[in-house]
Amino acid sequence: MSDNLPDNGGYVAAAYLVFPALVLIYVAIMAIRLSRLERDLAQLNEAADRPAPDEVAEPREEVRAT
Amino acid sequence: MYGSRLQTLAIASVVTLAGGFALAAFYAPMDADQGFMQKIFYLHVPLAIVALGGFVFGAYQAVQHLRTGDPSRDLKSYVAIHMSLILGIGALVTGSIWARASWGKWWVWDEPTLVAFLIIFLLYCTYQPLRFSIEDRDRQARYASVFAVTAGVFTPLNFLAVRLADPLIHPRTLDSQDNLPGEMRLAFLVCLLGMALLYVTLWKFELTHKHARAQLRSLKRKLGAADAARGRSAAPEATVS
Repeated sequence: MSDNLPDNGGYVAAAYLVFPALVLIYVAIMAIRLSRLERDLAQLNEAADRPAPDEVAEPREEVRAT
Repeated sequence: MYGSRLQTLAIASVVTLAGGFALAAFYAPMDADQGFMQKIFYLHVPLAIVALGGFVFGAYQAVQHLRTGDPSRDLKSYVAIHMSLILGIGALVTGSIWARASWGKWWVWDEPTLVAFLIIFLLYCTYQPLRFSIEDRDRQARYASVFAVTAGVFTPLNFLAVRLADPLIHPRTLDSQDNLPGEMRLAFLVCLLGMALLYVTLWKFELTHKHARAQLRSLKRKLGAADAARGRSAAPEATVS
């Protein structure tokens, strides 16, 4: 393939590879941050689904009263 | 809020950039002087122009922040400068590769264009350490905005000074219409538009991420407070009964 490239074609290829590499690094960092966000969101969802302490306590009192 | 039209923007920037690079490769003629090597121009120059434009945009947002006190303007300024720094790295690296191919050196210290860009880049590299050295959020935002405005004014002034200085070896392609014939100009303008769209896309993407994170933190705080309140309200009732 390098035989088909004109003079200094390697430098042109290198310059045009640097650009997507830079964008990819940025996107990868953002993907890591987004996965962290997703994890936090899942934790929040779990916390929201958990019943509140007073909601758990009420039936017990009813049992004692009977 | 920030994420609206993000998908359309992303597609538009990819299509425009790919189209621009295709035009540069297959439509724009070979440069009579530099030959194939000149194709780096279609990547390097849009990167540098958009990076510098982004610094000025960051300054505009900082002015709005100082004027209105709206914290979202500070965030926009911060992200604009961050994105410009990333594109600035691209401009420096691609420029260095082009310099090596064209002049046989990775860097030329007595060339005003190169050194001026490096000075601006290094100046903005101090923006983030400055922010994170101030703990108080309001002061941090105000000082960062003042910095962004000062550096943002310095950017076009510096660019103007470089234009007025005598170039050593770095070409001044955009000084005259004759330097860039029709096909080359079209390819260059499409690449410039694509790069500007990419900048806006990544800027909006990062803003969306930061906004979502802030909302999540606020929700966490609220839920935490709600949990604590529930705990406090439940405990006294239990002791009374």
